[in-house]
Amino acid sequence: MHYNKIRELIEKAEKEDKKISQIVISEEMDEREIGREAVIDEMKENLKIMRESIEEGLIPGRKSATGLTGGEALTLQDSDTALTTPLYKKVIVKALAVAGVNACMGKVVAGPTAGASGIVPAVLLTLAEENEIEEEKLIDALFTAGGLGEIVSKKATLAGAAGGCQAECGVGSAMAAGAAVELLGGSPQQVGDAFALALKNLLGLVCDPVAGLVEVPCVKRNGFAASHALTAVNMALSGIQSVIPPDEVIQAMMEVGDLLPVSLKETSEAGLAKTETGQKIAEDLQDF
Amino acid sequence: MSVFNVLGPIMIGPSSSHTAGAVKVGYLARSIFKDKLEKADIYLHGSFARTFKGHGTDRALVGGLLGFKPDDERIRDSLNIAKERGIEIEFHLSDLRGVHPNTAKMKLYGENKEMTIIGSSIGGSRIKIIQIDDYEVDFSGEMPTLWVLHKDEPGEVGIITSILGSYKLNIASMEVFRNKKGEVGSAIIELDHKVNDYVISHLKNMDDIYQVRYIEPF
Repeated sequence: MHYNKIRELIEKAEKEDKKISQIVISEEMDEREIGREAVIDEMKENLKIMRESIEEGLIPGRKSATGLTGGEALTLQDSDTALTTPLYKKVIVKALAVAGVNACMGKVVAGPTAGASGIVPAVLLTLAEENEIEEEKLIDALFTAGGLGEIVSKKATLAGAAGGCQAECGVGSAMAAGAAVELLGGSPQQVGDAFALALKNLLGLVCDPVAGLVEVPCVKRNGFAASHALTAVNMALSGIQSVIPPDEVIQAMMEVGDLLPVSLKETSEAGLAKTETGQKIAEDLQDF
Repeated sequence: MSVFNVLGPIMIGPSSSHTAGAVKVGYLARSIFKDKLEKADIYLHGSFARTFKGHGTDRALVGGLLGFKPDDERIRDSLNIAKERGIEIEFHLSDLRGVHPNTAKMKLYGENKEMTIIGSSIGGSRIKIIQIDDYEVDFSGEMPTLWVLHKDEPGEVGIITSILGSYKLNIASMEVFRNKKGEVGSAIIELDHKVNDYVISHLKNMDDIYQVRYIEPF
């Protein structure tokens, strides 16, 4: 994609009365010199793997190699807490399922990273199911998610080691929120608003994984970031706008990322990794 | 760049950098080594050394050396598969100094052959190969890549680029390096299009070109 700003994507979509996904798809065709069908098929394959990873994440008895995580998705699915609507619960279950599969060396679609791979599928697949939205539109929405993330990768970073978790789960949540707005019929402007609202609220999120592994707090954080995206979707679709435009939020994220100390950027030298329990786990795993 | 670099790749978890990136480092090393692998000494540096077991970095590197891509479920079992195929693998924790925290040095052995390749996983599942034997290099494997060893003398690089040009192969980037003036030059050439065997044999047949390796993109 040759665009460097979400603003440009929105303007192009508005001017041509198109969805953002349509712009992302044509850009992909141009850049790689391949046909529409080939591009769509590649995303279909992603969708297939997303579905498989959700199913796999709900198989009982799975644990990660370290034993630190596993089974969270099933625990929530089998519970009867009346606290959330079925939709919210389904979203969180799927996010935990995919993130759990990832922790068990299973197959996932990274988006924007492996550690944040549960968020986009959880939000988009659940909304498509619950609203009986056809497959074609769901695939389009995945392109919107990817296109939004592509701009972040050009202008900032998607690596926890460079920007903290805001760049992984934060961006994942923002990608999911923007794409969900398109899926539910919102305007390109509202896509940008949902993206900006979701990312703004996760600015500063640190990457402090226990023992340096993509497990604690990563697996459960996928559940949080997915439900967080729904709040942004609700606001944006109701017409609430983000005062700070999406591209400026991306810039702010990069600046915050630069200001974060290295100890909170995937080095496990501070935060949860340095709690009493976090350190004990790391020590126990030394000879593992 | 492609949208599938952000929503993708399809990969075996848990980490884009420590698992998928490590598979790619191993896979590229295999393409560069090219011949039958009998033994590999793998030196893990930095974060790779500290967290390799929990991230499966060891299995990922070996999976790549066996020719598995990042979405291959056999990665989980790659250490056993290597054993079955008679490939001896040994891991060492080391400090390679001055390199990216996610770096592995691989000493690869085949029949009458030994080669050292160093690669780093630099974020997401993106990687780069930074050294082949005594040659400093810098390429990602995202594009069709040629590694050419040639006589270090005036005009030699021009000959290589003209040959590529005559096959309508556009050069996206090119980097030349030598250890000593007048001896062997190393050129890393990234191209927009795939290279066929005909082009490779044309290059190989030139008097002052000593070695040509073609590394296919993922």
